[in-house]
Amino acid sequence: MTRPRFSRKALGIPYAVFLLFFVIVPMLVIVFYAFTDKQNHLSGMNFIKFFSDPTKLSTIAYSLVIALITTAVCLVVAYPVALILARSKMKKKNVILMLFVTPMWINFVLRVNAIRELLNWIGILGEANYFNTILGMVYDFLPFMILPLYTTLLKIDESLYEASADLGGNAFTTFSRVTVPLSMPGIMSGVTMVFLPSMTNYVVSDMLGNSKVTIIGKFIETYFGSDWHMGSMIALILLVVVFLSTMLSGGFKEDENVRGTNL
Amino acid sequence: MIKKSLKAFYVGLVLLLLYAPVLLLAVYSFNSVDLIGTWGEFSFSHYVKLFTEPVILEMIGNTLVLAFAAAALSTVLGTAGALGIYYSKKRVKRALNGVSQIPVINAEIVTALALAITFVAVGLEKSYFTLLIGHMVICTPFVVLSVMPKLKQMDNSLYEAALDLGASPATALFKIVLPQIVPGIVSGFMLAVTLSLDDYIVTSYTKPATFNTISTYVYNATTKGNAHTAETLSSFWALTTIIFVVILAFVLVANLAGSRKKEGTK
Repeated sequence: MTRPRFSRKALGIPYAVFLLFFVIVPMLVIVFYAFTDKQNHLSGMNFIKFFSDPTKLSTIAYSLVIALITTAVCLVVAYPVALILARSKMKKKNVILMLFVTPMWINFVLRVNAIRELLNWIGILGEANYFNTILGMVYDFLPFMILPLYTTLLKIDESLYEASADLGGNAFTTFSRVTVPLSMPGIMSGVTMVFLPSMTNYVVSDMLGNSKVTIIGKFIETYFGSDWHMGSMIALILLVVVFLSTMLSGGFKEDENVRGTNL
Repeated sequence: MIKKSLKAFYVGLVLLLLYAPVLLLAVYSFNSVDLIGTWGEFSFSHYVKLFTEPVILEMIGNTLVLAFAAAALSTVLGTAGALGIYYSKKRVKRALNGVSQIPVINAEIVTALALAITFVAVGLEKSYFTLLIGHMVICTPFVVLSVMPKLKQMDNSLYEAALDLGASPATALFKIVLPQIVPGIVSGFMLAVTLSLDDYIVTSYTKPATFNTISTYVYNATTKGNAHTAETLSSFWALTTIIFVVILAFVLVANLAGSRKKEGTK
């Protein structure tokens, strides 16, 4: 009845082991360090210290504000682009969409360096650190916003716009009562995809903010040198925030994988 | 009509602004002077510098070798992983898929910090091995994500038919299943290459001290730039321009080929 079968399931074992050693264990190590003190005794002090230190909290607040502004600017710039492209009847609109994603393929640090040179040329590098950081983040994360917006806007049935017009809706009502609500999933995933790196990717803030702008990612990095326990606690808090926000926005979607679109 | 050209103007403007920094570098990469805004004369000196400075050549080589090594390993591991997950029972499937998501949605700094602390905790010194592991952690889940949809689209009865016709399970897997998921494997590999090429944070946490990729080299040169001359910095302009041109050509060719293929099937 049963012949010995080559187990296809077994193919997943190396990957499972890899995940165990290099994803799960490191996460547990972070949790361990977060809840221990320098003598490796179990302790909730890092958690309490984090939430009772005004300088720490103000750094976090600054970082959140930077991320919020970045996300808002990205949304305001990207939405019209995505809407125009999605509703355009142009044959080659895919090529134009590609052009928005193409800069993502240039090495990230080289891309930030290009913005740095531009700011230097204009003469505001080192002068307007927060402005430069936000500008750089908008530049770098804009495609993350355009793509999910475009995908959801493209799915909206044209006849809904016509129906809205027939029912007496003007352009603004149609936009606010039809277009925006129906593109909400795209807005949500665009917002998460821009907001998270804006809080954590310190390459931009270091290179464009003259190393004077500290975002949460940089904050973790500074503790890596001095206090692993506190560093791990901040990382853990960030981890929880990231997972909660991803769950709220409906999780990672394969068709919104920005980097994969050019392939 | 006005509305239409206004729309085109807006899209064009955003594109122009998006490309402005790179275009600025592209223009001044042909400048004989190491200064943006001051034009000396047309010159390839930055390109010559790029291809003759051993340190710069080394970091470019490092970046490429690392990207292809990490991508190749991730592709093998991820493809086998995707197959394993696809054929597993529901609970195993859900668990593995869930854990796969962690490096995808996690902030890179958290992944990097966790790996670095773990390596120290188990007494593993930073080496090419730890760097490769770091890159595989970011790349492999994306390979799984690329291969999985192709497995779901696959016709399972073909595999059964091959077995009925006397093929061994291994033969059936290589001759029937693998060819059907090749597009997913290829795009997973490409994705892995670009993720690895692009990475700064995980690289900086897992690399040996003297090893540099383009990302770490340029980051250090611009933020801690004391040991770097204006000449080194301006050779980055040439590098950016070359990468930009190669990518633009690649994207346009791929798109034209893609649209022609679609027209052909109509």
